[in-house]
Amino acid sequence: MSAGNDGVAIRARGLTKRFGALVAVDHVDLEVPGKHVYGFLGPNGSGKSTTIRMLCGLLTPSAGDIDVLGLNIPAQAEALRRRIGYMTQKFSLFEDLTVRENLEFMAEIQGVPRARAAGRVGELIEQYHFSDRQKQLAGTMSGGQKQRLALACAVIHEPELLFLDEPTSAVDPESRRDFWEKLFELADAGTTLLVSTHLMDEAERCHRLAILDQGVLVADGTPGELTRKLAGHTFIIETDEPRRAQRALVDAANVLGVAQVGNTLRVLTYAGDEPIADGAQQYLQQMLRKAGQPASVQAAQPNLEDVFVAVTRKSREQERMA
Amino acid sequence: MSWRRLWAIVIKELRQMRRDRITLAMIVGIPVIQLVLFGYAINTNLRGLEAGISDQANTAGSRALVMDMLATGVIAPVARADTPEGLMAMLRRGDISVGVVVPPDFERRRIDGRAVAQILVDGGDNTVQGAAVQLAQVPIDSSIADSRAPMISTPVEGRISIVGFYNPQRRSAVNIVPGLIGVILTMTMVLFTAIAIVRERERGNMELLIATPLTSAELMIGKVLPYIAIGLVQTSVILALGRWLFVVPISGSLFDVYLAAGLLILANLTLGLLISTRAQSQFQAMQMAFFIFLPSILLSGFMFPFAGMPKVAQWLAEVLPLTHFLRLIRGVMLRGAGLGEMWVDVLALLAFIAVMMAAAILRFRKRLD
Ligand SMILES: Nc1ncnc2c1ncn2[C@@H]1O[C@H](COP(=O)(O)OP(=O)(O)OP(=O)(O)O)[C@@H](O)[C@H]1O
Ligand SMILES: [Mg+2]
Repeated sequence: MSAGNDGVAIRARGLTKRFGALVAVDHVDLEVPGKHVYGFLGPNGSGKSTTIRMLCGLLTPSAGDIDVLGLNIPAQAEALRRRIGYMTQKFSLFEDLTVRENLEFMAEIQGVPRARAAGRVGELIEQYHFSDRQKQLAGTMSGGQKQRLALACAVIHEPELLFLDEPTSAVDPESRRDFWEKLFELADAGTTLLVSTHLMDEAERCHRLAILDQGVLVADGTPGELTRKLAGHTFIIETDEPRRAQRALVDAANVLGVAQVGNTLRVLTYAGDEPIADGAQQYLQQMLRKAGQPASVQAAQPNLEDVFVAVTRKSREQERMA
Repeated sequence: MSWRRLWAIVIKELRQMRRDRITLAMIVGIPVIQLVLFGYAINTNLRGLEAGISDQANTAGSRALVMDMLATGVIAPVARADTPEGLMAMLRRGDISVGVVVPPDFERRRIDGRAVAQILVDGGDNTVQGAAVQLAQVPIDSSIADSRAPMISTPVEGRISIVGFYNPQRRSAVNIVPGLIGVILTMTMVLFTAIAIVRERERGNMELLIATPLTSAELMIGKVLPYIAIGLVQTSVILALGRWLFVVPISGSLFDVYLAAGLLILANLTLGLLISTRAQSQFQAMQMAFFIFLPSILLSGFMFPFAGMPKVAQWLAEVLPLTHFLRLIRGVMLRGAGLGEMWVDVLALLAFIAVMMAAAILRFRKRLD
């Protein structure tokens, strides 16, 4: 069994965490289906780590109910600990132990059956490419290598549910692909994964994801759903002077975001009730002409980054109104 | 309680310790350095101490006595004074470190068999204290054998009295080495466990550990066990050095010595655990350990005699493990007593250990808040 009866691994209602006056997590409702890779996307300080810590019973929520793998958290946190793996954001293995010693230690602590422990450690050393550095002290490894070791240790007891807090923040793009392949292998084998990130390309790989902003869950769904539902239009503007064009547009009404991509600008406008992008397109051209920067404006496929900019911008606007 | 997880913690601690040069150096270095330093302080073979003489009798016999003292080479006369008060003033100023006073009724005292002379010493300085003991051995009867007075048959012992200033207790290597075991164990053990846990919190290891099935008791006991062995190693180093350098005898059973040491080690380790549940940083842990260390040194009876302390200080001292350990270890090493005869102090230490361990395990939360 990897989840509750209905195939839901994690369910949270009204999850809230206050640190003094600061509301780090604000009434988050969450539903993570089993055997999926579920992404947690959000900027720094949006409450990703805090939410994960509450879900695995390390922090007591200020309010709200949590059900993880059919267990009531934090009351049944101890029972949950046998069934989860948790990779902390900060490297938390022992820097003065070697790669192999760290794996051996975690195998003992996590109760990997004795007959199987040695084999399992060898297997992970092989799979995670540590064969030639088993005897290296963990503290002397590079950031990416440390994260690889942390993942290996988190999965050593083959948990049903894995919490990974920004597991690839120090991993280069090439190795990140390798890393994600491992995550999908685990999901295929029946593991549920909750992965926090602030990288768009990673979020795009998730089966489903939730976007957090200032402790509020501002959107969730599959990456496809999120981009389809995007309440805005995306345009590519080709211009010789992208920076000046950008200045002309940033403060324009209805423009949610302008990002320079090489010699082009990627502009996200707020669509309101208007499903057609034509109006916005003409409006942008007009604004550019007025600023003496005529350029071609073309509609483009929205991506997750656009969704992210749109939803976080919207939540801030609402906050300003309130 | 899973023995396997407990053992995994022990192994991990030992592996980390093996790679921690500073801790390793502390384990053996602190006992050796402390013992050698104290060893110099209690070395009684001193020569040429600056001395002031006040011979108020000024008879042939008294002059002979002073000459004999000077002949030992331990003191060198630098000043003379008419009265003992004059000598004390010099002592206070630090002009001299030893004062020899021969009272006006020297001859009378000699015949009566009372103390014939006084040696005033700056007892704040251990070396001087030792030297005074040596001076007091000067045979009175031989020095006055050529005088007209008849031979005195009273024992020489105690005929020259030593008055120590600024240090109420006279100490010797024999007295210090057993106490030093306690002081060194108190100094290192509390800190070892306190830091061992706080360090893991600082480095982030704790967040990983508390998210696993590891229980508080397994973690706490697993942290304590390796350090018991370390403490016993330190005890052995001090005992061996004390024996080799200062010929400190062990009158009682060696087993009792180790048993008493084991109790103190556990008391300090569990105290360290309790500190670790409070301290937020290694620095804070160190401050708290020091906060315990100072009263231990001052009130336990290591520095000052227990009986002379005010009542409140005595009550406070009864709470400190070192106090009870000192009674036990002095009893065993110096008087040849068995632990069974001193069961009250054994019980006190056991109670301390039980309370500290329980408090530490209860206070330790597998939570971040
Ligand atoms: N123990 C704490 N005490 C006080 N404030 C805290 C505590 N832990 C977190 N916070 C605050 O809560 C907010 C959310 O922090 P959190 O670590 O969950 O963010 P995050 O989304 O993980 O950010 P990042 O991407 O930088 O890791 C931040 O503003 C942070 O300062
Ligand atoms: Mg975080």
